Amino acid sequence: METEDDLCRNNWGGSSSSSNLREPPVCFTSQHKWEDASILDYEMGMEEEPSLQVFNQMKASTGQDNNGGQVNVDFLQGVRAQAWDPRTMLSNLSFMEEKIHELQDLVHLIVGRNGQLQGRQEQLVAQQQQQQQQLITIDLTSIIIQLISTAGSLLPSVKHNMSTAPGPFPGSALFPYPREANNLASQTLNNNNTCGVHDFDFPKPSVVEERESHVVEEHEMKDEDDVEEGENLPPGSYEILQLEKEEILAPHTHFCTICGKGFKRDANLRMHMRGHGDEYKTPAALAKPNKEALPGSVPMLIKRYSCPFPGCKRNKDHKKFQPLKTILCVKNHYKRTHCDKSFTCSRCHTKKFSVIADLKTHEKHCGKNKWLCSCGTTFSRKDKLFGHIALFQGHTPAIPLEETKPSAQRGSSSGGNSSNNNINTGMIGFNVGSATNANEEVAQPGFMDGKISFEESFSPLCFDTCNFRGFHEFPRPMFDDSESSFQMLISSACGFSPRNGGGGGGESVSNTSL
Amino acid sequence: MKKAKQIQHMISKPFDLLSEELVFIILDLVAQSPSDLKSFSLTCKWFYQVEARHRRSLKPLRAEYLPRILTRYRNTSDLDLTFCPRVTDYALSVVGCLSGPTLRSVDLSRSFSFSAAGLLRLAVKCVSLVEIDLSNATEMRDAAAAVVAEAKSLERLKLGRCKKLTDMGIGCIAVGCRKLKRVSLKWCVGVGDLGVGLLAVKCKDLRSLDLSYLPITGKCLHDVLKLQHLEELLLQGCFGVDDDSLKSLTHHCNSLKNLDASSCQNLTQRGLTSLLSGARCLERLDLAHSSSVISLDFASSLNKVSSALQSIRLDGCSVTCDGLKAIGTLCISLREVSLSKCVTVTDEGLSCLVMKLKDLRKLDITCCRKLTGVSITQVANSCPLLVSLKMESCSLVSRDAFWLLGHKCRLLEELDFTDNEIDDGGLKSISSCRSLSSLKLGICLNITDRGLSYIGMGCSNLRELDLYRSVGITDIGISSIAQGCCHLETINISYCKDITDRSLVSLSKCSMLQTFESRGCQHITCQGLAAIAVRCKRLTKLDLKKCPFINDSGLLTLAHFSQGLKQISVSETGVTDVGLVSLANIGCLQNIAAVNTRGLSPSGVAAALVGCGGLRKAKLHASLRLLVPPSLITHMEARGCAFLWKDYNNHNNNNTLQAELDPKYWKLQLEEDIEL
Repeated sequence: METEDDLCRNNWGGSSSSSNLREPPVCFTSQHKWEDASILDYEMGMEEEPSLQVFNQMKASTGQDNNGGQVNVDFLQGVRAQAWDPRTMLSNLSFMEEKIHELQDLVHLIVGRNGQLQGRQEQLVAQQQQQQQQLITIDLTSIIIQLISTAGSLLPSVKHNMSTAPGPFPGSALFPYPREANNLASQTLNNNNTCGVHDFDFPKPSVVEERESHVVEEHEMKDEDDVEEGENLPPGSYEILQLEKEEILAPHTHFCTICGKGFKRDANLRMHMRGHGDEYKTPAALAKPNKEALPGSVPMLIKRYSCPFPGCKRNKDHKKFQPLKTILCVKNHYKRTHCDKSFTCSRCHTKKFSVIADLKTHEKHCGKNKWLCSCGTTFSRKDKLFGHIALFQGHTPAIPLEETKPSAQRGSSSGGNSSNNNINTGMIGFNVGSATNANEEVAQPGFMDGKISFEESFSPLCFDTCNFRGFHEFPRPMFDDSESSFQMLISSACGFSPRNGGGGGGESVSNTSL
Repeated sequence: MKKAKQIQHMISKPFDLLSEELVFIILDLVAQSPSDLKSFSLTCKWFYQVEARHRRSLKPLRAEYLPRILTRYRNTSDLDLTFCPRVTDYALSVVGCLSGPTLRSVDLSRSFSFSAAGLLRLAVKCVSLVEIDLSNATEMRDAAAAVVAEAKSLERLKLGRCKKLTDMGIGCIAVGCRKLKRVSLKWCVGVGDLGVGLLAVKCKDLRSLDLSYLPITGKCLHDVLKLQHLEELLLQGCFGVDDDSLKSLTHHCNSLKNLDASSCQNLTQRGLTSLLSGARCLERLDLAHSSSVISLDFASSLNKVSSALQSIRLDGCSVTCDGLKAIGTLCISLREVSLSKCVTVTDEGLSCLVMKLKDLRKLDITCCRKLTGVSITQVANSCPLLVSLKMESCSLVSRDAFWLLGHKCRLLEELDFTDNEIDDGGLKSISSCRSLSSLKLGICLNITDRGLSYIGMGCSNLRELDLYRSVGITDIGISSIAQGCCHLETINISYCKDITDRSLVSLSKCSMLQTFESRGCQHITCQGLAAIAVRCKRLTKLDLKKCPFINDSGLLTLAHFSQGLKQISVSETGVTDVGLVSLANIGCLQNIAAVNTRGLSPSGVAAALVGCGGLRKAKLHASLRLLVPPSLITHMEARGCAFLWKDYNNHNNNNTLQAELDPKYWKLQLEEDIEL
């Protein structure tokens, strides 16, 4: 329990002190611990001063201890942190059942008490009523949130919206005090705060029961920590920032290295940086946007970024979380992995990209330098093809007939339209992986996905229909060394080739993939 | 009665008792001379069949005969098609069908007009094909290379000058032919690091790799030098191989024996050090025409390979005295040293080098003009086992040095004294080298018949004699050579102005004579030529340029007797159409030069060209180009004949002709040119 208290004190103390010091809106660095485990998105920190003030008031007026709030937070964390797992699901459901029963009892109690309290002072009664109302709301909210998150682990789209969706209703609808709800980001932040505030008001009765469940959650959290420790960077050695989806997709190009806020203009960023402390106010820092030119600054914690998409490997709640290195990585990762590929190549009309730079890179080479292996894989670069051939037994460079080249090219574009998304993603992931190694960690998952879908979509069924038109000028036995484990893949993959034209090969691919 | 019948039977089949194996052994001995084999096979039907079964290697003159030849010789394993310029896909498919299972080696280096389709038949049918030479297939593309990859058992592959080949084709071959042991990619300018790298990755058995003049960098050498069995690596003229790309190279290629890094202009001491770092067993190192100075520092990079090194070539390098000294002390087991065209070599340097090289067998100091008798004396004193000495244009070497050389180095076999001050005394001393086989005495103005007669008496093994412009020589000297050196194969008596038919008649005793050059011998007539033609059956090369008395009758005799002639020059002779057309009788004639031969008419030349079916090169006067029908020229080119049109202006060459024929004047002019 001591540790838990410490945890609470640290967290809450940090936030309250920041509000007391009237620090600028972003005060994230001091509370990264909370950040790690938080269910909701905290990148903007405690921006809203009014809420904090309210929070202080509440603290003064109610005088309740912190534990209840923390418990609730932890409980929510636990729910949120879990990935899809039937057992967890079951425990979640039973927990919710329990929770609903508790709430039922509580409401019963209130109904019973309302009759007794009629003769008391009106003020006190009103206050008490308000408290009870809030209590119920909190419980309901937490049940709803858990319900959604439980369901969300099944549906990625629900999961994705979860961070923003439940926000508005408890705050705006149920909170009596005025608050600014200007932008979406601050709204979500408010939610966090309000949650915290509500937790604070949490009455004693349910605390004891919840302790038990909380212990369980605590263990789970520890497990997660262990996993993180196993990675290259120990969890304490870097702080994780998580940008909002909107923030990521905003057309910003300049990002604050401390809080990650994005700006369109560098000048605005530098103005923003002033808010982070006096060291940024020096003329040198203002004039020269040079990151390493921070004289005398203590070595800051390494910053790593988390993807806001739940369930993503780059999301900090993922069990094998791999942080992203820079904000640019976040942007590219998010766009490539979680957004529609809206940019289509104007040359081949096949490949789609979500990052416009990728499209431009592709268009530069599209149609040119198609280096082809006998297994049907194409490469944009010759050295990649030769690396591939050196790696695999039995693969040969495929030499296209010069005269069939243009027609084959056209065939590929028409055949490509009918090919499924799996291939597209696969190919894109692959291209990215091979072409740019700057964002290798971004490209990796894509590559893996592509590989899998590649193998799946080329079932041996295509083997009969495939012909080696593009690959071999002369009929010959395909691959002799049968010990090659890739033989199946090779033979089946031969059905897929842009060079095979829109004819039999292309059709067979689309058939099998559908 | 019965007995008589039996005897009769015995007589009718006298060789029934002779086993085939015994005949094969006899045939092995007879096979030295093709005409003898022919006589043998014409003896009787059985001999004919046995000979057909015995023969393994074929070198047909015409691709058209391939179906018949291969039907007769069913055991053909080596097929050399270098005499057939035009080998079509059909011919290759015939080869594949008729001798598919037995064929092991095919040489297509001088052939063209076949395509990937023909190669495919060859590769698929000839399952045991081990060697294929596709050099000079300049039109060959990757598709054909992919077909070659079908020959899975291929071990030796030559692809020299296949300029249109790229990495893709080489990649196919690398994947297909895993057993490759010797690969030559010389002048395959389309092949780069990737192709070579893949070859090294896939073909682990590689023994020899010729990468000369490839646009490779040091990158692929990382893979190449990982090969476990690599013995020979030729990197001649690889300009892309530089120090930076070899910086990180560390290898342990202990099998490497022969490294040729000549003309690698961007390779200096640093890169070479890393290249040599792991080659501990290196025996031959070729650094000719490299850009680095062979100094003390450089010699230190030889440290690791010095123990086994047997041969080093430093032709055309700038060599310092210290460097040579260091090499001489480091590499004690050196047997061959070549310093050709190293103009900076001094007496001191060479003396220091050879001082400790007791085992030295071959020394090449061609054009080391600073050398004098001092260093040659040192060579003679410290290298008693010397076998070959080439010292063209070391004109400062005194006459005594030659005497000492003959006296001390009795094992000499090859001597090049071209343009030296050697005299009869020197020749007398040299004549004590019994095993001398090659002697070059071109432009040695101090030698006379007397000296040559010593050689004729002493060196009975002489095979090659060069007397180019050695004007002191007359018929007497030549006849003593012809008397003593019956194994003579090559003789050059160009511009020896006193030579007459008598020399030729005496030389006709040398029945092994193959090459005879008598350019500018004004007194030679058809009678002398006839003597040579009749008695020297092996004659293959003949230069009769500027012999004005040679005419049609001489060529008619040649056409009748010298059926092995491959190359002839009849420029500036009295030959007319008749003589030229008669040459068409010689089946394997490949090169004809007939420039400024006044008696030739366009129609005669045309007839001769059509007649010579195997012609590959024709050197003709430029004026004929317009007079010969263009369709004929295209026809000849399609048959595989290349034309060289020469245009000498005849008007102002009286003086130069005079200069050419007067050797003293000619040498004077030459020396002036050198000084300039």
